[in-house]
Amino acid sequence: MRIDGKGLIDRGTRLGFTFDGHRYEGHPGDTLASALLANDVRLVGRSFKYHRPRGILTAGSEEPNALVTLHDGAHREPNARATVTELFDGLAARSQNRFPSLDWDLLAVNDLLSPFLGAGFYYKTFMWPRAFWEKLYEPAIRRAAGLGALSGQPDPDRHETAFAHCDLLVIGAGPAGLMAALTAGRAGADVILADEDLRPGGRLLSETLEIDGGPGVDWADTAVEELEALPNVRFMPRTAVTGAYDHGTYGALERLPRGPKRPVDCFWRIHARAAVLAAGALERPVGFADNDRPGVMMAGAVRGYLNRYGAAAGKAFVVFGNNDDAHRTALDLADAGLHVAAVIDSRHEARLSGPFDVHAGAQVIGTRGGRALEAVVIRHPNGRVESIAADCLAMSGGWNPSVHLTCHMGARPVWQEDIAAFVPPPGAVPGLIPAGAAAGVFSTHGCLASGAKAAREALEVLGITAAHAPLPEAEDAPYAIRPLWLVEGKGRAWLDFQNDVTAKDVKQAAQENFRSVEHMKRYTTQGMATDQGKNSNVAALAILADATGRTIPETGTTTFRPPYVPVPIAAMGAGGRGRGFAPERLTTSHAASLERGAPMIEAGLWFRPSWFPRGGETHWRQSCDREVRHVREAVGVTDVSTLGKIDIQGPDAATLLDFVYTNTFSTLKPGRVRYGLMLREDGFVMDDGTTARLGEQHYVMTTTTAAAGQVMRHLDFVTQVLKPGLDVSFTSVTEHWAQFAVAGPKARELLSGLLDTDLSDEAWPFMSCGEVRLSGIAARLFRISFSGETGFEIAVPARYGDSLFRLLVARAESLGGGAYGMEALNVLRIEKGFLTHAELHGRTTAFDLGMEGLMSRKKDFVGRTMAARPGLVDPERERLVGLKPIGPVKSLTSGAFLFEPEAEATRENAEGYTTSVAFSPTLGHFLALGFLKNGPERLGEKVRLVDHLRGYETLCEVIHPVAFDRDGGRARG
Amino acid sequence: MGDAVLLDRPDPEAGEAAWDGYLHLRDNPAGVTRDLWHHEAGCGAWLVVTRNTVTHAVEGAELAEAAAREGQA
Amino acid sequence: MADLIAKTPCAGLLPFENGVATLWEPAPVPMTAIAPYRGRAEALSEALRAAHGLDWPGPGETSGEGAARLIWFDRAHGLLMGVAPAPALAEHAALTDQSDAWALVRLEGEGAAEVLARLTPLDLRESEFPVGRTARSLLGHMQGSITRLEPRVYQLMVFRSMAGTLVHELTTAMEQVAARG
Repeated sequence: MRIDGKGLIDRGTRLGFTFDGHRYEGHPGDTLASALLANDVRLVGRSFKYHRPRGILTAGSEEPNALVTLHDGAHREPNARATVTELFDGLAARSQNRFPSLDWDLLAVNDLLSPFLGAGFYYKTFMWPRAFWEKLYEPAIRRAAGLGALSGQPDPDRHETAFAHCDLLVIGAGPAGLMAALTAGRAGADVILADEDLRPGGRLLSETLEIDGGPGVDWADTAVEELEALPNVRFMPRTAVTGAYDHGTYGALERLPRGPKRPVDCFWRIHARAAVLAAGALERPVGFADNDRPGVMMAGAVRGYLNRYGAAAGKAFVVFGNNDDAHRTALDLADAGLHVAAVIDSRHEARLSGPFDVHAGAQVIGTRGGRALEAVVIRHPNGRVESIAADCLAMSGGWNPSVHLTCHMGARPVWQEDIAAFVPPPGAVPGLIPAGAAAGVFSTHGCLASGAKAAREALEVLGITAAHAPLPEAEDAPYAIRPLWLVEGKGRAWLDFQNDVTAKDVKQAAQENFRSVEHMKRYTTQGMATDQGKNSNVAALAILADATGRTIPETGTTTFRPPYVPVPIAAMGAGGRGRGFAPERLTTSHAASLERGAPMIEAGLWFRPSWFPRGGETHWRQSCDREVRHVREAVGVTDVSTLGKIDIQGPDAATLLDFVYTNTFSTLKPGRVRYGLMLREDGFVMDDGTTARLGEQHYVMTTTTAAAGQVMRHLDFVTQVLKPGLDVSFTSVTEHWAQFAVAGPKARELLSGLLDTDLSDEAWPFMSCGEVRLSGIAARLFRISFSGETGFEIAVPARYGDSLFRLLVARAESLGGGAYGMEALNVLRIEKGFLTHAELHGRTTAFDLGMEGLMSRKKDFVGRTMAARPGLVDPERERLVGLKPIGPVKSLTSGAFLFEPEAEATRENAEGYTTSVAFSPTLGHFLALGFLKNGPERLGEKVRLVDHLRGYETLCEVIHPVAFDRDGGRARG
Repeated sequence: MGDAVLLDRPDPEAGEAAWDGYLHLRDNPAGVTRDLWHHEAGCGAWLVVTRNTVTHAVEGAELAEAAAREGQA
Repeated sequence: MADLIAKTPCAGLLPFENGVATLWEPAPVPMTAIAPYRGRAEALSEALRAAHGLDWPGPGETSGEGAARLIWFDRAHGLLMGVAPAPALAEHAALTDQSDAWALVRLEGEGAAEVLARLTPLDLRESEFPVGRTARSLLGHMQGSITRLEPRVYQLMVFRSMAGTLVHELTTAMEQVAARG
């Protein structure tokens, strides 16, 4: 119920929301959880395994029980924690993991089966009979498994990632964090202050503690006002720092309230020269029978709901704890006029006075109630058992400093006996200094002092001196606690509320010899749910320690890993869907190609046209075959800009080329072009291309489209590392030049009149190059051919690319030809036995490709030594051949294997494979390129092509890889 | 050591073992190693980075060109 | 003879403006990559000063504030922008035309740094990246060149072919920063 006169909510405004279809009201400042409690909704979910009724346990992101599904339709978000969901008007939430309803859940029958479903049950059941696994057990388990469900529709929300830099990152804006930020901010350091919550104050928001004689929250608000006025400080609310990584890098998830065009979250990568971890501490439960009933909550959360949200979690309260801090809940409740039936403190020496019964040395041994708490059963020191009527039990087993980030790089926390808790190991993350409750300092004054000191220490390392300012006045009560992990007795004491792990499960694990804490975790699944053990780790390992006769430090903790809170994959991958998945590289002819209806294919990041359909064509082969005929019979135009082009200049340019290519380029005359083969140092082919010599010390190298980056990297390596003395420089000019191939018997006719040069065979012999002018523009012309026809490539500065492409295509069409795309380009080169990375796939050598003649014997070059290994020049290696079909099936596929006609198609009998396949309109049948053992010696032989993947086979004849125009005369015409 | 061994390209006649080591064999220390990094999305420099594989601390970085010249001097 | 029409890399895509910043494409200028030959750094510097009044920039530096600028472009190159290179330079350095190789835009406004924070890991704080500083870094997933021309004016360059992606990423970031209110 809602209490008057308490809370930081805006009672003047009402917000309507629904939970499981029921309508309720709340206020700005509420979370879904606080609004539910204010409306007396106690039952919010069902546990994972046993479907036990669950209520709200905490008031923070560590919440294990109140996991709900938010929103409808495509925006649906499962497993949202109601305790950190900001209430807004129209919020629609639904409970999870129950059928048909929260009140009446059929799978609660699992609870009756609990003796069979204890720790490690799935290692012992569902084993037999084997056949039942696939058909019965697995589908059943899948249906029962999981919490919440995705919408199944594409995510309509926007997400973001961003980078930030600072001198000091302060993690947490409670008293310690605020003091750290003030100290550093006032000293002029660049500070980022991040807090999970939407407003500053941390624990101050939930307590009635005072600072400088006024409410703690007021001090927090004033502090942030001062910080936000400083230009060197950035306050990031709603931002949880999720992980500590190498070299001062931190990940953080910022969640944003919904708005038009606004991302719902932003994943930050923050680089901080130093950081203060002021992440506070989390309260831990006590284990006792039936401690999971709705209405059993953390003591700090009960008073938090009262103080921050004006929501009373019940009408009759019992407080149970082992420390003084829990007393605050009883006092705050009583001050607000609420009925506190009793305070149970397990310590005999506990002292507390107030308008309630105090039972020192007593323990809670059980609870009563159906789907909600009705009574608390206690055992007095003298053994007497008593039942106390209550609808809310506020429990506290003490506080765990939130050490997590300090352990993200492999360190383990250190046990501190006097506070019965783990604290950060010193120096575990370079530059990260814990402060306040995260360091095991629990009083308000202690936190303020600790925060200021941590900031000063962090800044000193950076060479910045921060002033010692006087601290605000605040309480400095000592933290008194006596450990109590488990109340012994009958019944199941729950540790992990999400995965339904009990104290008995942990003891059973120890009994079955899963004594290591890492084994106990996996065997019982304790700590493996979405709260990552925040509510159960320490108790579980304490019980394990006890069961195995060790101390807590000896037992140790499991590994801490990021993220501290769940991070949606959509946030980390923000912007990476659809067009944003990768940069799109478009050629200058892209728009013109689209206008002509060309479908695009992706070649790496580039988009290239596959074919150019003409009216009446309904199948791609019609277009492709026509384009091939255009090139062989008239003239074709295609955009070849995507090939890498590297401009190389300098006195040692030729020396560099002689070293990276197998053949010799120092002998190439200016004005000439030569094909070059480039190896990796291990002797396998890296890439091929043509390199043109434009001047004495000026070359332009081409690479295949896909290998451009790799070749640049290679040239960088050679010139920086292997031959740093060379006087040569190189620059990529792939993008500066738009380059088009004009190929076919009418190529000269097309280009004449466009260029200021005589295009005869004498002026421009095959494999020549030079500078020309086109309409007054400085251009480059290369007489080279990938089609095998008379061919030129014309390059103009890219600003003219679109215009030139349209012009060339119009001219080609007027000559009975036209544009051609990647499919036709591929057919043409296969007919000629020219190679692409289908054949240069990284495991072929020059020898395999029949190019051993290109390996100079007069010079060293990259790959020379290793290429000479006997295994790489063995004639029995699979070597380049062509293939054409014979027999009843007339088509061929690539990626198929080759066998002797009578041999069984097994792995041992495979003698080769196909790499490229095309239907040749020029020859009227299919062609393939591939590799075959001792291939060049077997021309005319029959082999059987078997495509296991497609279930397909045919007989082939081994032919020379150049199936058309064997001597290459057409290109030289 | 780490990939920084690639700075010392063996003589073409150095023999199989030298080339096999150069291309295929690396120490894998739990401790200090010398990596080769390429600043591909930046300035294109190759770097020799001295790094601790256990603590991830970067103990030094130099241009590979400088290291190479020193080695070849 | 036919006349060829020139197009800029971002033709039809810009300008884009909202409350946070303005993104626009300046008119194209000559751009030349300059790489000094071995032992010619001094001579090149002198020739640059004589011909263009510019100094050879060290890593991360730029020279010139008017129409002609020389920006550090990578380990081996400076990029001369705004003016064609004087012939005298060719004796001391490799010159390579890059005028059409890059999509070049300007992002300016109060929110420009906030927008760029979405796309580059570069530390753009004034103390680390003052006016006149340049860097090669990532813009989204693209290699780029980022130069701070004025306190709230940035010059951004990526490969010409990626102009569409650059505009898309920047305008999306501008919208999303503006939407935070």
